[in-house]
Amino acid sequence: MVNAGVALPGVPAEPQGLNKKQTWMERLRKGDEVVHLITMAGAWSIIVITLLLVQHLWVYSRIARHTFGWHFLLTSTWDPVSGQFGAWPFVYGTVVTSLLALCIAIPVGLGTAIFLAEMAPRSISNPLTFMVELLAAVPSVIYGLVGIFLMIPALSAVMPYFQKVFGWLPIFSGTFYGVSYFTAAVVLAVMVIPFIVSISREVLLAVPMSQREAMMALGATKWDVTWRAVVPYARQGIMGSIFLALARALGETMAVTMVIGNVAQVSTSLMAPGYTIAAVIANEFTEATGDLYLHALIELGLVLFAVTMIINALARLLMLTMKPHEVTA
Amino acid sequence: MSATPSYPPASRKIMNVVMLSLTGLCTLLVLSVLFTILGYLLWKGVHALNLNFFINLPAPVGESGGGVANAIVGTLKLLGMATLIGVPIGLLGGIYLSEFAGGWSAFAVRYTTDLLNGVPSVVMGIFVYTLVVLPMHHFSTLAGGIALGIMMIPIALRSTEDFLRAVPRSLREGGLALGASKSETIFTIVIPAAIYGILTGVMLDIARVAGETAPLLFTAFGNQFNSPGWMQPTASLPVVIYNYAISPYDEWHQQAWAAGFVLLSGLLVVSILARMILARGKKMSHG
Repeated sequence: MVNAGVALPGVPAEPQGLNKKQTWMERLRKGDEVVHLITMAGAWSIIVITLLLVQHLWVYSRIARHTFGWHFLLTSTWDPVSGQFGAWPFVYGTVVTSLLALCIAIPVGLGTAIFLAEMAPRSISNPLTFMVELLAAVPSVIYGLVGIFLMIPALSAVMPYFQKVFGWLPIFSGTFYGVSYFTAAVVLAVMVIPFIVSISREVLLAVPMSQREAMMALGATKWDVTWRAVVPYARQGIMGSIFLALARALGETMAVTMVIGNVAQVSTSLMAPGYTIAAVIANEFTEATGDLYLHALIELGLVLFAVTMIINALARLLMLTMKPHEVTA
Repeated sequence: MSATPSYPPASRKIMNVVMLSLTGLCTLLVLSVLFTILGYLLWKGVHALNLNFFINLPAPVGESGGGVANAIVGTLKLLGMATLIGVPIGLLGGIYLSEFAGGWSAFAVRYTTDLLNGVPSVVMGIFVYTLVVLPMHHFSTLAGGIALGIMMIPIALRSTEDFLRAVPRSLREGGLALGASKSETIFTIVIPAAIYGILTGVMLDIARVAGETAPLLFTAFGNQFNSPGWMQPTASLPVVIYNYAISPYDEWHQQAWAAGFVLLSGLLVVSILARMILARGKKMSHG
């Protein structure tokens, strides 16, 4: 019997450096701590950059913030010449175009995601998913280009007939010039659909197989399984993808600038030209003369930043808290 | 109802077929948008392309033979600079999150990275304007590169972290068991095992910012001529497309189409190449 306290001949009593915890100096000498510190510096520089961003937006919007206060967001006069800056037309345009875009993008995007994840055989859905992801790689300015030269003429051709039927509704009244809230919303919808599709598809694929098998065993059709067992299980993740899409739509700049008409007005009709926060920044920033004008535009940037941050955070929260739900069908 | 109902009942089977067709129709709609954009761009772009487009400077309205050579060079310079700024930070951050970090530090870095990734591109333009352009008193390639570089960080970091995490634990343990230090294990075993994935992530990241326009409007601005060095405003393909597209001149519209075609085909080639590298890397590590 070997006593635990007695060292066997030829075996070191204390295995070197295995059981013993290395001191900080030892790790430093072996290079581990150096690598640790360098990578940490890289990672923390991201925090520094983000804090700088917030600080710069805050400091460089101070004149506008002090001059107008909260009225900035709620008044409608945007007159750089007389120094009156009210951002309501831009806020209104941003909200209207983004929500309308979601109304178009959610059904189409979810339908596509369900088809790719659940209904289609894998051999078809893999290449199709690849193509949908290519759509996400198309830059915003190219959507704008196609929007100006293809979509505006196409919509202008169709709209008169549409308005003959629905023109009595206030939201479809007035003359359609091509550039409008509606045009911008359609372009935005096309741009956010790939995000809804690819995230929702992943969420659907992550639903455990047992969830489907249980219902299939009862003799349900594929659609029944999808709609009653898979989608309810994944609904928080799907909501998350919609919030991410909303954040993207709110901040989208180039494509919207090119098709919305850039008129600082508030119209009930979706057929009228309008303006968005991102578009006014893109258009007027380099021409802004005087500190108040510049600070007003940067305050718009600050607003856009704050709103997209809140929505992104909500989306993350939804994705994080995604947990199994009891499905009661 | 019959005594021995066949299950599922006909109504459900019909519903199944209807929904299969409806969701399939959605997919068809999305794909047709993709092919319309690609097809239209190809058709318009090829018509407007010629050699002058690649080697000449922009010509005044009314003169033919103008090109966007300065914008092509400008875009390449901006992307080079952005890669030099964004990729090292992203790689270091990714290594830190995957190999070292834990607890509140990892949470803080991850959270801010998501935050930074969600910043609208036009806001990034404002930030770099106040950070670089205002102190320097003029627009520059440097400022544009910094704006694109910061935009590259989150994706570079996230993809690096993901691919490093995918390296099996047994490989790390093997390295440590042979007596290598942690840093030796990371640099000689873990990173080489994930290198295909990391490179793919970087390529996709570059392709993503190559089309960014809004952050360049008030940082790199634009230029009718070549932009020597790094301290002067420079033209870039996305900004040229924007300026030409909203101009009233037909010749400029043609140039916008050609530039759009060049930009998009460049992006798609890089994206597809990146995916091929990834597929090849997977095959090699499995075989």
